[in-house]
Amino acid sequence: MSMSRPQQLVNISEEHFLYLQERKKYRFRVILGRIVLLAALLALWEIAGNLRWIDPFITSQPSRIIKTLALLHSEGALYQHIGITVLETVAGFILGTIGGTCIAIALWWSKFLSDVLDPYLVILNSLPKIALGPILIVWIGNGPPAIIAMALLISLIVAVLGVYSGFVQVEPEKIRLLQAFGASKGQILQMVILPASIPTIISALKINVGLSWVGVIVGEFLVSRAGLGYLIVYGGQVFRLDLVMTSVIILAAAAALMYQAVVLLEKHLSRQ
Amino acid sequence: MKGANSLKPVPLVEVKNLTVKYQSPEGEITALKNLSLEVGKGEFIGIVGPSGCGKSTLLNVIAGLITTYTGEVLICGKAVRRGTRMVGYMPQSDQLFEWRTIWKNVLLGLEVQNNLNERTKSFAWKLLENYGLADFAHAYPRQLSGGMRQRAALIRTLAVDPEILLLDEAFSALDYQTRLIVADEVKQIIARENKTAILVTHDIAEAISMSDKVVVLTKRPGSIKSIHNIELTCSEKTPLKSREAPEFRLYFNSIWKELDVHV
Repeated sequence: MSMSRPQQLVNISEEHFLYLQERKKYRFRVILGRIVLLAALLALWEIAGNLRWIDPFITSQPSRIIKTLALLHSEGALYQHIGITVLETVAGFILGTIGGTCIAIALWWSKFLSDVLDPYLVILNSLPKIALGPILIVWIGNGPPAIIAMALLISLIVAVLGVYSGFVQVEPEKIRLLQAFGASKGQILQMVILPASIPTIISALKINVGLSWVGVIVGEFLVSRAGLGYLIVYGGQVFRLDLVMTSVIILAAAAALMYQAVVLLEKHLSRQ
Repeated sequence: MKGANSLKPVPLVEVKNLTVKYQSPEGEITALKNLSLEVGKGEFIGIVGPSGCGKSTLLNVIAGLITTYTGEVLICGKAVRRGTRMVGYMPQSDQLFEWRTIWKNVLLGLEVQNNLNERTKSFAWKLLENYGLADFAHAYPRQLSGGMRQRAALIRTLAVDPEILLLDEAFSALDYQTRLIVADEVKQIIARENKTAILVTHDIAEAISMSDKVVVLTKRPGSIKSIHNIELTCSEKTPLKSREAPEFRLYFNSIWKELDVHV
């Protein structure tokens, strides 16, 4: 064997060493594949525009997106737009999650309440909440509160149903154990229902991040004068596709970052 | 007369004419009917019966988890209420909370009963030390073997210092070998702590090997079919050794016949 082994791998068998090497190589190939795919798509897009296979005025182009980014950056407006959208999304997301969890607790606490509300939740869940946008604008007005309300509306019902289903899946034997110790309903909630539901709540959070973005962008389409959704709509109206594409890419990056934040939160919580 | 009276110990648990009915839209199910039973202090009672005969119902009534019944259930002469501190309930499988360390799991009952203080904590710690889990106090349940988890669950029940332990198919989730060893351990711990215990099981051999008395219930609605006083001749009265006693098979056969199992 000509391969020299790192110090910490001295104590493992030849087979295991080869297995680890193989694994490492495979993972490297996956990452390389991802980078190559991205580079190829960007290059194809750029070349297709330069050679006039497609019209860059309509499809934009990576080089134009970079220019637009630089322009927005130098104007300073970029960060304001990003900031507003992110803020609205975070607000809708947090309110949706907290509100959803509180309503789920109420439903768990009172079987009567959950039975009464059941058909309403089913209807609200199946209703496309975006249809309520105009009502929100009339009621709340033109601006961030209406957008946050939109995000909240879209994420709330899903959060309620997700968290509640987590609550009712808690093993009855665990609840009985606490009851045998003489636990009150509040103690059961605090000592078993909530901690046992953390994985379900986290997966509800993951869905909610995406839904909050949908709510905010739709809200901005409808009412706003600032934010990434506004930039996309405005760019579309004045036929500046460079602006539209740039905003979409920023949006994708921001949404991915926020999702990663929830994943980190999940890791942190599950380690405890 | 007086002497004869003092020989008979006051039963720790008295069940008199217990009838339990479950209501459902499809109708009424009588789970237990006119069941009477006495359990003396320090006794280990095994309850067996055909499936669905109300074994677990009986335990749930004694644990104060079912409160709608007719008849009387007394522990130390007092009627059982919800949340009684006289009983310790061991559910099917250990039901340790994965998000709590072993130590926090052991303190669960004390926490629920707002009874966490230096005295109760040192009692719980003593139990962990005595039964070989002190080194794992800060581990999480998933880091322990099945047998150790069961021991931790038993210590959690003992930590609130109950008069009587109720074991509801407590070992049914374990594989056969672990089950035998855990039954041995649990029996020894309960004997050492001088506790009374009622074990509900569908495993006849487990009931005979662990109990002083085996109570056989009838099919639903459950009532007492027979009571067997288990007397085995063996060197050590541990559940594993008990199985080697010559009488073991006789008890097994007669209980098996009484259960009248048809599949």
